[in-house]
Amino acid sequence: MTQNKTYIQSYCTIQNNEIVLNGTSIFKIEPTAFADFSKQAYRNFDINYPKFFKMDSLSKLAFLGAELLLKSKTELNLSDTELTKQTENNTAILLANKSSSLDTDVKYQESISDKENYYPSPAVFVYTLPNICLGEISIRHQLKSENSFFIFDAFNPEFMTSYANTLLHTNKAERVLCGWVEFFNEEYKSFLCLIGKEENQKYQNETIETLYNK
Amino acid sequence: MDALKLELKNKIITVLNLEDITLGDINDNDPLFGDGLGLDSIDALELIVILDKDYGIKLIDPKEGKVIFQSIESMAAYITANRTK
Repeated sequence: MTQNKTYIQSYCTIQNNEIVLNGTSIFKIEPTAFADFSKQAYRNFDINYPKFFKMDSLSKLAFLGAELLLKSKTELNLSDTELTKQTENNTAILLANKSSSLDTDVKYQESISDKENYYPSPAVFVYTLPNICLGEISIRHQLKSENSFFIFDAFNPEFMTSYANTLLHTNKAERVLCGWVEFFNEEYKSFLCLIGKEENQKYQNETIETLYNK
Repeated sequence: MDALKLELKNKIITVLNLEDITLGDINDNDPLFGDGLGLDSIDALELIVILDKDYGIKLIDPKEGKVIFQSIESMAAYITANRTK
């Protein structure tokens, strides 16, 4: 049935010190640590959101991809009320990865391993869950929609497609930001994809699996 | 006291990851929360850790924090009066 068809609207891949938006490289720098890469990307795209610097690496990775796919209220020139009406219930988030929040979990564990020097950091602790990155994206874009974070051994396009289509077909959302956000020990890859019912033939010969593997 | 205030400003910028804030942006009597530096509740917890870790001060009553963390001036005064290291 035509009304049940869904379309890939846009996608963004971040890996190896490079950001690719809809197939075009939009930011690339020489190999460096992710902290430096993410900071340079933040500056490059003129993102004005100081809380970014308080996030852990997984949240920064997810945030950057979402930032490029979901327009901020400033870019849309909307008031808070208008933005809320437009987005709060219509964009679901569906993410997954392999390492959960292990990168931050390890850092936190190290910070509490010495009983003589036991000063757990609240700011690190709050990121010891993978789904915190969903919250960061939701706060930034004022989303009050469905969101879920799953842990898989590898990117699972069948699951993602099925889950996203269910959200769209049951009118839980008008579009779904879905994908893979993996970070552990400086190894990272983010692939985020915006899927919706709005007709878009640009990626009609693609699936989220083929786009993920590009 | 002035050296302690400078030390606190440096610590706050570093520990709280205030990337876009410089020493010159923090005046001694500026509010640290709300309209001032805009710190949040997690930052408040980090400030409590700083007091404990760097100055040997354990806050027993969290309500005290509201007064102590009003500004760099109030923090420095409290630390000067109560520090054990």
